[in-house]
Amino acid sequence: MGKRNTPMLDELEKGPWPSFVSDIKQQAEKGKHILKEAPADLLGVMELSYVDKVTHWKHGGIVGVFGYGGGIIGRYCDQPQAFPGVAHFHTVRVNQPSSKFYTTKFLRSLCELWEKHGSGLTNMHGSTGDIVFLGTTTDHLEPLFFEMTHELNQDLGGSGSNLRTPECCLGQSRCEFACYDTQEACDNLTHEYQDELHRPAFPYKFKFKFDGCPNGCVASIARSDMSFIGTWRDDIRIDQAAVKAYVGGEFAPNAGAYSGRDWGKFDIQKEVIDRCPTNCMSWDGSKLEINNRECVRCMHCLNVMPRALRKGLDTGASILFGAKAPILEGAQMSTLTVPFIKMESPFDEAKELVEKVWDWWMEEGKNRERLGELIQRKSFQEFLRVCELDPDPRMVDEPRSNPYIFWKEEEVEGGWTRDIDAFRAKHQR
Amino acid sequence: MPYDPKEPLKDRITDIGPRHYGEFLPPVIKNNKGKWLYHEIPQPGVLVHVAESGEKIFSVRVGGCRLMSVEHLKEICDIADKYCDGYLRFTTRNNIEFLVQDESKLKPLIDDLKSRKFEGGSNKFPIGGTGAGVTNIVHTQGWAHCHTPAIDASGVVKAVMDGIYDQFGSMKLPAPVRVSLACCLNMCGAVHCSDIAILGIHRKPPMVDSEWIDKLCELPLAIAACPTGAIKPAKTADGKKSLEVNAERCMFCGNCYTMCAAMPLADEVGSGIAILVGGKLSNRMTKPKFSKVVIPFIPNEPPRWPTTVAAVKNILDVYSKDARKYERLGDWAERIGWERFFEKTNIPFTHHLIDDYRFAYTTWRQSTQFKF
Repeated sequence: MGKRNTPMLDELEKGPWPSFVSDIKQQAEKGKHILKEAPADLLGVMELSYVDKVTHWKHGGIVGVFGYGGGIIGRYCDQPQAFPGVAHFHTVRVNQPSSKFYTTKFLRSLCELWEKHGSGLTNMHGSTGDIVFLGTTTDHLEPLFFEMTHELNQDLGGSGSNLRTPECCLGQSRCEFACYDTQEACDNLTHEYQDELHRPAFPYKFKFKFDGCPNGCVASIARSDMSFIGTWRDDIRIDQAAVKAYVGGEFAPNAGAYSGRDWGKFDIQKEVIDRCPTNCMSWDGSKLEINNRECVRCMHCLNVMPRALRKGLDTGASILFGAKAPILEGAQMSTLTVPFIKMESPFDEAKELVEKVWDWWMEEGKNRERLGELIQRKSFQEFLRVCELDPDPRMVDEPRSNPYIFWKEEEVEGGWTRDIDAFRAKHQR
Repeated sequence: MPYDPKEPLKDRITDIGPRHYGEFLPPVIKNNKGKWLYHEIPQPGVLVHVAESGEKIFSVRVGGCRLMSVEHLKEICDIADKYCDGYLRFTTRNNIEFLVQDESKLKPLIDDLKSRKFEGGSNKFPIGGTGAGVTNIVHTQGWAHCHTPAIDASGVVKAVMDGIYDQFGSMKLPAPVRVSLACCLNMCGAVHCSDIAILGIHRKPPMVDSEWIDKLCELPLAIAACPTGAIKPAKTADGKKSLEVNAERCMFCGNCYTMCAAMPLADEVGSGIAILVGGKLSNRMTKPKFSKVVIPFIPNEPPRWPTTVAAVKNILDVYSKDARKYERLGDWAERIGWERFFEKTNIPFTHHLIDDYRFAYTTWRQSTQFKF
């Protein structure tokens, strides 16, 4: 039983999926968190929203820790008298370790810290990947930060118009498809750009995300201003005996991912060869051949037969820029800009590119203009000049169909200055 | 030395970044990093990864609420201590993965996880979220913590996941289905490339709180924030500086409210849910693609959101019966054609589904190739 009467929320305790309402109630009853009334009052204010069908949270005010502009988001309830336990309910973003692996020791220390300074409620994790401490008051922020840094050797993440906390897939730590060490890249760039993470100096948010392969488990192509997506440029390695084992039914195709339904016997021709987007594969009943030059590394055949096919050995990443959700100019995917880059620590080549792009965006970007929108406004050609990259057919799906080319004066013989009198000498008015 | 409020900047440490991931990797993972050979899914929610060395790591994936308490986290730690030598991880989609190095502990862990329930009756640790099924719904804050939402987040997710629970613990679909929720168009949840996206939208233009707007906001910023130029300066009858909204130009994006708290637009009947389908992120076979709006509006229906749950179930059911193996929801819709998608799902096609924003033309049909 919660302290508050919450008949509508109580309906969400029913059904098999874990109930956040039950969980908040257990924290309210048994939790050792310092802001005693916060969980019950959170349920209370949510119940009110369930009745009113409108949120009861106000715009965040300016709160934070000394010297940082990001990492903490102010949050206040618009019914503070009714729900004093959540009258002030600020969010603390804590920078998660790469790929969100934890020891229970560290996780427990985070729990203790949050019991000592907050509501005992969290998001594990926020949409951008941070560990999110949900709900505290302004007076707890400095002590919380002090103890987090001194005792846990751990820092806040990003918020506001700055570099948001970078995020990666689990990469080589537990995946056979990873083409570079996403964890190391994410950790290294996060440490390199602490200033940009904590002190807003950008026109708007900027996100790095690191996917180990084109399967895209961390969604970098849709969610990051700068997407690093693992790839390779040599040949797929084939174990012909293992291919036969898939054909013969010894190995479960797709690692067993489709085993819940009887899809019939695995048919390599139908399920792999004919599904290849470039038709670059063939199977003669005993040998699988791949014309690697035509392969676009879509991952399908590797996903279907992970024990038989492996990525190449010359691995790295493609870099794409400019993804964002619809606000403001409509949603954009990242655009392929660097087809291949070696991704090895300390990632100097990638950092050089980052800094060129930031310099340009900070100079040219308007308030709240994401990089993808700036590239659209100023042209991809301009963006390539900034990046000091040569144009390449890999950057486009197709060449332009309109001929309205913005020629530059220096590209046209004799420039643009002409003599109207000389023209008139030959052409009457 | 504890924090001294009298000298807040003394011995201050800043910009140390996150802890190094290497501290948190189980020994098997540390030893075999970058040397994994293959993986298998012996049963829904259970993964085994096999390294070149022959060593294995088992991962048991369970669904989690994004909004979770410290009490719940401590229980997760207890379980990981008992079966996983103290190692676990969270996935991008808010699942928890218990990492088992000792195979003999796998079955006891699974049995233990299945036995734990919240006092209200729901499962604490449902096992699943792998392969050709539905995994956890990534979502945003909603009415639990956000100032701009059109809908709740955690509650809608709970209701929808209850409705499609069977698809979480099984792998019976033609391909993986990613369901995502964002509680407003700001899309912190970035649901715009999901197989099924549940999106909070507003339908009423912002109100202008003229008493306060000049004190609370930079008026030019609010004007500049509008992507359609619908906001212009105005004066109240008693001469206060204010703003005026041209309602016909408003597309209800809420960007003005993000910039200016004196322009609230959420409303009991104006705000609700849009359903989008057919997006994907993966490059597998077909290119990544955006989700498309197929249901322009469903009212807010707390606490169990029945129309939204039914809409998601219906789309999932029709897709599951009709699509081919490996075919993602968007690839299926494109193969059969959108005219057939609406026919088969029995979703009415209305004028709201024809694009009239930027680049709209690219989505209209310039061909006589269509289906009767």
